Amino acid sequence: MSNPQIEIQLIAAIVAIACAIPGVFLVLRKMALISDAISHSILPGIVIGFFITQDLNSPLLILLAALTGVITVVMVEFIQKTGLVKEDTAIGLVFPVLFSIGVILIAKNANDVHLDVDAVLLGELAFAPFDRLMVGGADWGPKSLWVMGSILFITISLLILFFKELKVTTFDAGLSSVLGISPVVMHYGLMSVSSVTVVGAFDAVGAILVVALMIAPAATAYLLTEDLKKMIWLSILFGVFSAISGYWVANILDASISGSIATTLGVVFLLVYLFAPKKGLISVLYRQKQQRIEVSLITFLLHLNRHEEESERHINHLQEHINWRAVRARSVLDLAEKNNLVEIENQVVSLTEKGLAFTEKSLEYIINNKDEKIEPMKEDFFLFRG
Amino acid sequence: MDNQTLAVQIDDLTVAYNYKPVLWDIDLSVPEGVLMAIVGPNGAGKSTLIKTILGIIKPIAGTVSIYGKPYSKQRKLVAYVPQKGSVDWDFPTTALDVVMMGTYGNLGWIKRPGQKEKKIALESMEKVDMLAYKNRQISQLSGGQQQRVFLARALAQDASIYFMDEPFQGVDATTEIAIINILKELRKAGKTVVVVHHDLQTVPEYFDWVTFLNVKKIATGPVKDIFNDDNLTKTYGINYKVAVNK
Amino acid sequence: MNIQEYFELVWTDYTLRTITLGTAVLGAICGMLGSFAVLRKQSLLGDAISHAALPGIALAFLITGAKDSGTLLLGALVSGVIGTFWIRGITTKTHLKSDTALGLILSIFFGFGMLLLTFIQKQPNANQAGLDKYLFGQAATLMESDVRLMIIVTGISLFVMVLFWKEFKILLFDADYTKTLGFNTKFIDVLITFLIVLAIVLGLQTVGVVLMSAILLAPAAAARQWTNNLGTMVLLAAVFGALSGVFGTAISASQNNLSTGPVIVLVAGVFVLFSFIFSHKRGLLFREIRFRKNRTDLKLMKTLQFMYGIAQEHENISHPHAIRILNNFYGFTKGSLKKLENEGWIAIDGQQWAMTPKGYKQAQEMYNQKPINE
Repeated sequence: MSNPQIEIQLIAAIVAIACAIPGVFLVLRKMALISDAISHSILPGIVIGFFITQDLNSPLLILLAALTGVITVVMVEFIQKTGLVKEDTAIGLVFPVLFSIGVILIAKNANDVHLDVDAVLLGELAFAPFDRLMVGGADWGPKSLWVMGSILFITISLLILFFKELKVTTFDAGLSSVLGISPVVMHYGLMSVSSVTVVGAFDAVGAILVVALMIAPAATAYLLTEDLKKMIWLSILFGVFSAISGYWVANILDASISGSIATTLGVVFLLVYLFAPKKGLISVLYRQKQQRIEVSLITFLLHLNRHEEESERHINHLQEHINWRAVRARSVLDLAEKNNLVEIENQVVSLTEKGLAFTEKSLEYIINNKDEKIEPMKEDFFLFRG
Repeated sequence: MDNQTLAVQIDDLTVAYNYKPVLWDIDLSVPEGVLMAIVGPNGAGKSTLIKTILGIIKPIAGTVSIYGKPYSKQRKLVAYVPQKGSVDWDFPTTALDVVMMGTYGNLGWIKRPGQKEKKIALESMEKVDMLAYKNRQISQLSGGQQQRVFLARALAQDASIYFMDEPFQGVDATTEIAIINILKELRKAGKTVVVVHHDLQTVPEYFDWVTFLNVKKIATGPVKDIFNDDNLTKTYGINYKVAVNK
Repeated sequence: MNIQEYFELVWTDYTLRTITLGTAVLGAICGMLGSFAVLRKQSLLGDAISHAALPGIALAFLITGAKDSGTLLLGALVSGVIGTFWIRGITTKTHLKSDTALGLILSIFFGFGMLLLTFIQKQPNANQAGLDKYLFGQAATLMESDVRLMIIVTGISLFVMVLFWKEFKILLFDADYTKTLGFNTKFIDVLITFLIVLAIVLGLQTVGVVLMSAILLAPAAAARQWTNNLGTMVLLAAVFGALSGVFGTAISASQNNLSTGPVIVLVAGVFVLFSFIFSHKRGLLFREIRFRKNRTDLKLMKTLQFMYGIAQEHENISHPHAIRILNNFYGFTKGSLKKLENEGWIAIDGQQWAMTPKGYKQAQEMYNQKPINE
């Protein structure tokens, strides 16, 4: 591995971490699309900032552009408040307009701005190591490493300082007011940090892929845990992993690094989406099926419990009265029989003693504890284990 | 129960939302011509019951029949008044237009509403005393007026059974009286009306039939027979007493 | 070429005419179908779909090597639909919210698309020039066949929309109710969504994946401000859309180095801004004027009430009083006094005012209705 290669990966990893942290809060606050809006609308800020500072890595430019991001948020909120359009439309209107202004500014001043459309969308991670920070003739490493490093440092410091406040305002805005924590301050604080991060990362990964780095790791982590701290750690892990492996994929394909990072993020998300132990698609579908059978079973047992008359308990009755399709009726009956909950005599189904106890217990659950899932009963009756 | 015709008959109905069972093993018969309230605490599944009867939610088990046949074959006999909050009132349309939607079911696919449908809609609006507002944009109506528009839409369906989800929620006193008068008129005309209702105080005054629901059906029958502390306690929890029971 | 020349040439020059017709048709269909997207609160779904279309374009090129827009747009359609379904899958099967799902699919698909595009660019044999136009759109690349395709698709959409107008309208307003009437809501829903996806895909060549959603939203959002009738709104949105398309193309064609997409978006943005401010029904300007007028009316009434209080203490209600005694009352100005006189509620005589019987009655009625509280 050559030196620039290491540096690129280092920058990518730092960008990934810096994006993942605010990303977690955006996802939890249902504001993921704000990152999309910010990442687009800072473009005019960057271009104008560039006219003033003539340096894409200047802190002043970053602040100016980040201000555009915060202004976007304010504008979106203003339009929402007028009630003229729905909130999603407000977001959808503001950022394309600002982005368009940015693109046109670049096109009209192509000779003055060292930005082109590709750079806007993809960033120039591959070139990042060539822009060095020189202090008194000494080489201090790539500039963007310093820029992103500082942003990350600030983000982490703020995270540690305000962790409790962020947590409370994210999960319970009402409570936070009671505790004297201003949700508004936290909101705009988060917006500012996100804006600064997006601007810093913009140079490296471009406008749209910065959104992937913010949302994807957090969304993936959210499928695996609901603990805030764990979620942040996992997001960082996914972000860094995708950044490094994305870099190598791009290297092999000789294609865009940031596109490749986003793709890796997508693959990681897809895998977790499918296979996550509790929240993954496969386990959700499996559980839903199990749940259906359980609910059917209990409905069936309750029915038996309630109806003394034999006609209601006849084996053909399952389809007739309860209106299940034949297959399911059969499988529910088999399940009940296998677990000794019912016995069948002369085509008439009756509850066994165990079945009666089970039914009464489930009745209790239904009436007193309806919010509880019926899961705990599994443990009592070893019903659905194998 | 006497040999009345059953407008609605529900057998062994069980409904679950995602992982959460909301209605369990419900048997319920609604005789023709009653004005029935469905009462129960929040989350008891009142709206869900109506929505399941109307086929908006699929049950896990059980059957619903309307006048002895499955709902899908009897749709035209049934009208629905959803909760007012369930739609976006900023939608660009007028009160008359919304009421006209009540005639769409009979029109079927593609056919456009014409003069006949307009006449039906106007008549329905007159019944709820909203004729003066027919060209008003719906967002400019008060909560009570919006509810009346919804009621008129259901009237335009010209059904035999009316299902209403909290029609008295967030309406002014005048509208409440107007609505209950219309409901009583419907009953007089031999229609069956089923209302999800919140206000226990008004049950004996407004309704003649009541169903207590809390995930399971607790009781159903004439208000004078079963609207008592015992059933209220069973439905709402420990020792529930209301002042209505004199 | 400047804009004036453009509009002179547009009638005679074949290429210009084709391009202009194309963007006008495109703007119209996007405005029409965008109205549905806006009313269904699916504004941002359009954004996700258009971004999700990018890998489809690249893959279609990689697989077939074809450059004609028909093949590429088919690829776009397929990946756009896959993106839409995945978004639905995420929101229905997991606890992730729709904003996360949209942002996720949007950025990941786009990233994958860019990966493929950069990969294609590095291919030695690639005759790939032109895929770039799908990023920001280049109306100048529109060919007659593209425009013909647009017109056909627009015609079909229009036909479907007119045919199912009643069904679309009722579903947009109240989906559950529609179901109880016996309509197959899934079918209507899929139909609307499919038309929206189609419009997006159709616009990619002209406007580009990045800004496509704005062309869908902006004309509809502007049109909504001028009317309370769905039909008028759709029509108006189509007009706004077509105008944005034409002016956007004219401006971008008359400048060097300007993609069409951003310019059309800005023109549409101007429509929105204008409508937000100046619409007679909902616009901010008129709202402010109404608000001020109400406030002045209220002040006037307060002044009248204050006068009523004074007049009440005298047997003769029209007993004159000095204007001076109103001085401590903040709602009083020379202008408001004049207005009161014009209404015939008071009579002014030099430095004195006196209540007229009419004014007295007015104030009395006001008292009976409801006292105006501070």
